[in-house]
Amino acid sequence: MAIAVEAVEKRYVARGRETVALSPIDLRIEAGEFVAFVGPSGCGKSTLLNMVAGILPATAGRILHDGRVVDRINTHVGYMTQQDSVLPWRTVFENVELPLRFRGLGSAERQQKVGEMLSRVGLSGFEAAYPIELSGGMRKRVALAQLLVYEPGTLLMDEPFGALDAQLKLLMQKQLLDIWAAGQQTVVFVTHDLAEAVTLAQRVVVFSGRPGRIKAIDEIDIPYPRDPFRVRFLPAFEAAYARLWDQLAPEIAKGEAV
Amino acid sequence: MAQNIDEAAAIGSGGAVRSAAVAEWDAAQAGRRRMVLLGRILVGVLFLGFWEYASGRLIDPLFVSSPSAVGMRLWRWTVTGSLWTHLSVTLYATAFGFVIGAAIGFALGLLFGRNQTVADIFDPYITALYSIPKIALAPLFIIWFGIGIESKIAVSASIVFFVVFLNTYAGVRDVNPIYIHATRIMGGGGGEVLRHVIIPSASSWVITGLKVSVPYALVGTVIGEFMSANRGIGFIISQATGLFDTTSVFAGLFVLGLVGALINVALRHTEAWLLRWKG
Repeated sequence: MAIAVEAVEKRYVARGRETVALSPIDLRIEAGEFVAFVGPSGCGKSTLLNMVAGILPATAGRILHDGRVVDRINTHVGYMTQQDSVLPWRTVFENVELPLRFRGLGSAERQQKVGEMLSRVGLSGFEAAYPIELSGGMRKRVALAQLLVYEPGTLLMDEPFGALDAQLKLLMQKQLLDIWAAGQQTVVFVTHDLAEAVTLAQRVVVFSGRPGRIKAIDEIDIPYPRDPFRVRFLPAFEAAYARLWDQLAPEIAKGEAV
Repeated sequence: MAQNIDEAAAIGSGGAVRSAAVAEWDAAQAGRRRMVLLGRILVGVLFLGFWEYASGRLIDPLFVSSPSAVGMRLWRWTVTGSLWTHLSVTLYATAFGFVIGAAIGFALGLLFGRNQTVADIFDPYITALYSIPKIALAPLFIIWFGIGIESKIAVSASIVFFVVFLNTYAGVRDVNPIYIHATRIMGGGGGEVLRHVIIPSASSWVITGLKVSVPYALVGTVIGEFMSANRGIGFIISQATGLFDTTSVFAGLFVLGLVGALINVALRHTEAWLLRWKG
C-alpha cells in the first residue's frame, strides 16, 4: 500500500472562528494505483493532497506514505499544481536539474538524466530557454520533466492541467498516461473536471461539499491503454460518468445555493 | 509540424526570412530613433546657446556664469588634476557607503523577511529611525567620525541601508509560497531554498532598491562634504558658494550630474542582465 489516510481531519482557525475543511476520513491507495479526487471547490480535496505532500499538518489522525508517517515535507513524492511552480529565474535545464542537485548527483550524470527527460517530454533544444519564453503547455512539460527526473514513486497532482485549453489538456493527459504506463507510479490526481477523472483514473473518489468527506468511490472499468481523445465515446465511459455525476451534482448545487 | 513552428516563434528564433512588413517596421523604428537623437541634441544646443547669449546681456554673469566659462573652468581643473583629486574622494565615499549600507540592509532584510516575530518586535524602532531625515544625522556622524571621509561614508551608508533593507524585506515577503513548497518537496533544504528561491525571487525588489539608492549614496556624500570637509566635489561647490564663484558652482554641479547619469546607465544595463529571465 502506498498511501494510508487514517481518520484524518482538518480544521482551520481564522478570524476567531473554526472551520472544518475535512471531517475525519479514511482512505487507502495501493502502490501503482491511479486515483482521482473530484468534488466542488472547498471540499477539501486539495487540502488532503497537500497533507499527503506534508505541506499542511493534519489536525487529527495520521497519514502514512510507503509505511512512513508524514509529519514534515514529504520528499518522496512528486508534486505538481495548476499554478506554475517552475522557477522563472532558472532556464529549462537548470529547473529540471534542481532536484538532482539536491540529491548530490555529479554534473555529468545530471546532464545525461536531464537530457533524457527533456527529450522524453519533447523539449530537446529548449534547455537554455527561460520559462517566460515558453508557451503554457511547454511550461507544464518542464514541470513534468522536473517531477519525473528524480523518479519519485508517487505523483501528487493538483489540477495540473487546469489552466490549459481543451486540446492541449487532452495532449497532456495522453502524456501522463504514457508516463504512468511506463513507470507504474502511484498517482493521486485532483480535478474538478469529472471527464478528466474518468479518462485517467482507475478509481474516482467523490468528495462532498464543506465540510469535506468522502461521498462515494467508484472503479472505472475501462481497460488501459486509454486514448484521451477517444475514450469519451465508449459506453463504459458514459456509464461511469453518469453514475459519478449523480453523486457529484447535488454537492455542486449545495455549494451554489450558499 | 505546426507545433514546431509555434515553439520556434515562442522563443524568438522564428525563421531566417524577414518579410517586407518586418523590414518596413524596422525602418520606421530606426527613423524614429534618429528623430529622438536629433531632437535631444537640438534641445541641448538651444539651451546652451540661450544661456551663453543671456549671460551678460539679460542676466548678470555673477549669478549665472556662462557655458563657455564653465567649460574653461572644467578644462583647467582637468589639466591641473584637481578635478580627479576631488572627484575620486567623492566617488570613493559614495561607493564605500553604498556597499556597507547595501550589505547590512540586504542581510537584515532577509532575516526580518523570514522571521515575522523579529520583524514585529523591531517594527516601531525601524519606523522611528526611518522617519528621521538622514541628513539630520550628518552632524552627529561628523562628531563621531571626524571631518574626514569616514563621516561621508556613514551618511551614505545610513541612507542606502534603509532603502535596501525595506526593499529586500518586501521582496522576501512577496515570494510565492508555491515555489518554496515545490522546491522543498523536490528535496531542497533551508539553505537551498534561500539560495535558489528566496534570493532570486526577491532580486527584482532588491535590485530596484539598489538602483534607487545609488543616487542617494551620492547625495549623502555630497551633503556630508557640504557640512564639513576639506576635499570632494561637495566641498568645491560649498567653498565656491562662499566666494560667490558661480562658475565653479556650475562646474561642480555639471560633474555631479554627469557622474549620476553615468551611474544610472551602468545600473540599467546591470539590471537588464540580472533580470534577463523576466523577458
